[in-house]
Amino acid sequence: MLTYIIRRTLYAIPILIGVNILVFLLFFVVNSPDQMARKILGEKNITQEDVDNWKKQNGYHLPLWFNTDVSGSKHFTETIFFQKSIKLFVFDFGTSDRNNIDITSQISQRMWASFAIALPTFLLGLSVNITFSMIVAYYRATYVDFWGTILAVILMSVSALFYIIGGQWIFGKILRLFPISGYDAGPNMFKFVALPVVIGIVSGIGAGVRFYRTIFLEEVNQDYVRTARAKGLSERIILFKHALKNAMIPILTSVVSTIPYLFLGSLLIEAFFAIPGLGSFIIEAIQAQDFAIVRSMVYLGSVLYIISLLLTDISYTLVDPRVRFE
Amino acid sequence: MLAVFCISCGVPNNPYPKSEQNAAIYYNTFPEEPKHFDPAMSYSSDEYRFIQQIYEPPLQYHYLKRPYALIPLTAAAVPQPRYFDADGESLPLDAPAASVARAVYEVRIRPGIMYQPHPCFAKTETGEWLYHNLTKADVKGFTQVTDFPMTGTRELIAADYVYQIKRMADPKVTCPISSTLEDYILGMKAYADALSNGQVDPPFPGVEVVDRYTYRIILTAKYPQFVYWLAMPFFSPMPHEAIDFYGQPVMKERNITIDRFPVGTGPYRIDTLIAHKEIVLVKNENFRIEHYPSRGESSDREAGLLDDASKIIPFIPKAVYKLEKESIPRWNKFLQGYYDNSGIPSDTFDRAVAFDDTGDPGASEVLRSKQIALRINVDPTTVYFAFNMLDDTVGGYSEEKRKLRQAISIALDNEEYIEIFLNGRGVSAYSPLPPGIFGYLEGPDGINPYTHDWDPQSNRPSRKSIEEARRLLAEAGYPGGQDSKGNPLIISFDNTWTSAGASAALTWMRKQLEQLGITMESRTTDYNRFRDKVKNGNFQIIRWGWHADYPDPENFMFLLYGPNSKALQDGENAANYDNPEFNRLFEEIKNMANSPERLGIIREMNRLLQRDAPWVFVYHPVNFGLSHQWLKNRKPTSTGYNTLKYFRIDGEQRSKSRQEWNQPILWPLWICAAFLILGTIPAIITIWKRERGTQ
Repeated sequence: MLTYIIRRTLYAIPILIGVNILVFLLFFVVNSPDQMARKILGEKNITQEDVDNWKKQNGYHLPLWFNTDVSGSKHFTETIFFQKSIKLFVFDFGTSDRNNIDITSQISQRMWASFAIALPTFLLGLSVNITFSMIVAYYRATYVDFWGTILAVILMSVSALFYIIGGQWIFGKILRLFPISGYDAGPNMFKFVALPVVIGIVSGIGAGVRFYRTIFLEEVNQDYVRTARAKGLSERIILFKHALKNAMIPILTSVVSTIPYLFLGSLLIEAFFAIPGLGSFIIEAIQAQDFAIVRSMVYLGSVLYIISLLLTDISYTLVDPRVRFE
Repeated sequence: MLAVFCISCGVPNNPYPKSEQNAAIYYNTFPEEPKHFDPAMSYSSDEYRFIQQIYEPPLQYHYLKRPYALIPLTAAAVPQPRYFDADGESLPLDAPAASVARAVYEVRIRPGIMYQPHPCFAKTETGEWLYHNLTKADVKGFTQVTDFPMTGTRELIAADYVYQIKRMADPKVTCPISSTLEDYILGMKAYADALSNGQVDPPFPGVEVVDRYTYRIILTAKYPQFVYWLAMPFFSPMPHEAIDFYGQPVMKERNITIDRFPVGTGPYRIDTLIAHKEIVLVKNENFRIEHYPSRGESSDREAGLLDDASKIIPFIPKAVYKLEKESIPRWNKFLQGYYDNSGIPSDTFDRAVAFDDTGDPGASEVLRSKQIALRINVDPTTVYFAFNMLDDTVGGYSEEKRKLRQAISIALDNEEYIEIFLNGRGVSAYSPLPPGIFGYLEGPDGINPYTHDWDPQSNRPSRKSIEEARRLLAEAGYPGGQDSKGNPLIISFDNTWTSAGASAALTWMRKQLEQLGITMESRTTDYNRFRDKVKNGNFQIIRWGWHADYPDPENFMFLLYGPNSKALQDGENAANYDNPEFNRLFEEIKNMANSPERLGIIREMNRLLQRDAPWVFVYHPVNFGLSHQWLKNRKPTSTGYNTLKYFRIDGEQRSKSRQEWNQPILWPLWICAAFLILGTIPAIITIWKRERGTQ
């Protein structure tokens, strides 16, 4: 397994370089360093001299990819791409372009708020989705299955924004059971987290139940289920003990790949509930043309995604002894 | 579980701790993270709302008087300039600008003003700096400046103001107005260049300390508007101890910088700064004795704004600002009493504002039942459509070109636009100058005679008819919207309008121009491309706006001054208008104090602009602000944001209202629980039957 992990880690290096090049390319196709400077400095009374000064102070006065004014390896190293990218590989994200805030420190502060919403939403949502989908699968080909599937389609067709605004309106404004928005760490956290978590779970039920129902229905038609039935096992035991265990590989594939989002947060939920998480961090950075934050967050997202895929592969061996890392 | 939680909480939707229940804390919001709290870098009203409670430039605007009047803040008096000619001979105050070679402003500050308690001033018993040689271990886990246990203070001195002006010139600080100031302050450019070249402490003859409480600023020209800059945070004092303290590498690593944690002499200081969540200001323990104004406008006494006259300020001990990016939750929390004041989101305007029989707006029945007060204030802002005067079709100064622009100005019915798209929240514009700025005229003299007539019956301006616009267009060489060859006149409108309501506004514009037979082509693009087009003069019509830096007509007229052309000089004149007569008049008023003579020249300039029509004057925005009954002394202002010190909160009244408005409703929870139980029973029975059937 160790060899496999090392090999996968080495595979990650070109992927991360590729992601970094792509982000750099996409960002600077849309924004030039001059445009960045003007956006960050503001609109009023800004001259080209101010722009040039800002670029110099922030390291954007160099050429993007290739520096013709120097010689040797400096052709490549004395460029914005090299200067801004190289430190990423040791997780030195530097400071933001718009206000010189240390990005690592911002991420470490904000990720816990995202985590406080995302982890309970993820765990409770997973339990609810699996439970409901197993109930629907249990009652397959009955009116419960039929209406359950229709309900799931309806739920997944509704915009997440509707759940958020509707939830705030009903539970926060009309029933006055929760604060409409806000966040606090510590003992007061529950009253701020409860409503976004419930909304997060409800908005995910439709798609979740449909997905897991399909997995369970595939399993209940397998030969081993027929054998179990022939042995006289109850439908409940077949479903919850045997089918669930065998459905774990597709479940794990979908579940572990969502791990990065636990840290990276949800844009809509965080914006509407004023949760100080990472969800809106990258969007704000894109709007503000803050390249330092954009590249750092994309890089971090890529690393987390690669790690989660590796964890997915490792988890296969835990749920299915037939899987081997060869 | 939910019901138990709700019952145990009393008012479960209260987002604040119980300990703050009756306290006179001010609660408000901010829509996005502030970028800069360094007064040398900050240039945004969203940031000024905070830093102007902390930093104190020498001057401020009177809180109640209108039009806005400058009064001393830390200065002993508003400084009067002294003028000198090239030979150093003293000149009178009304000396012609051309004869003035030096303008000297001597600012004397009041003694005895102390800085807030701050660790940058903390010293050991032996007089050594306590926190000026920090290591990583010293600041481990620190995120706020309040994490430092020891603080100190010292008296405000003139050298702090001089230090700040030098900081503005420093290229490393990236002050957004440095290039503007370099045109005026003696030796500023040379000082900046010398710093860029690595010179240490180069000479800067334009600023100097005269004595402990007096400093001098020397300008290279007559510039009476300079005093307005002295009321902006750029000219706040900066203690060198703060820069030394924050400049330590370990502080930057902890994000504890001067750009986030101000050090000032104002009525408040920052207690907590989590820019992506909340900002908390608390009263500065070292703030001097200052009194609430005892005079204002005639209506202020009736409005209760003089009830606290001459009392010691500030009244509020603490202000909590929460980050609320979305308008819907912010509005609902305001209605629940959890924010003390609010604007009105456009989608709730009809529910918040009602118009009486005379058409005057007031708070709706719902808001009046909560005793929420509506206050209206015209922004010193002008929104306009700019024609590109360099363009072959819409630009130029011939009579035909003027008539073409005048015809379009008539067709774009701004009064209709304000009604449809702004819910009436705008004042129709007839010149660049908004209400409240010297030179703005009401009544028949104030209208644009090329687009409006004065209707004596209704005593209001009346827009010229579309037939008049068609006549002008025909005289411009486009009868029926076609040129002499029969080609339709197509005009492009460059914009960044991508929001949901943008398409309706574009349709409206198209419809207005179609009345003249003109086809409007919308060129919607992202802001970067748009800005480039404007910068390169590659457009025909754009829409833009300007919010005053200071309440003087010069700050609006310079937007049309030829040498400020955006395309040719990278200035702020987006229309690239360049009329020698207008330029000459601008140079005259630029250096004049307000007087009947100045007013006469401004009227002449307005007539030139109205005739040449480089802009379609659209509107001046009107702010509709709401505040709860318990927030006292709130007068809307758009210039000068150091207003928190005047506010007063009735904490008990607020607590009572919150209790009354926010009692939880629990019965729907019980019904849901009952349905859940009832729905589960048949499922359990079915399972039980199946189990029995299979086993």
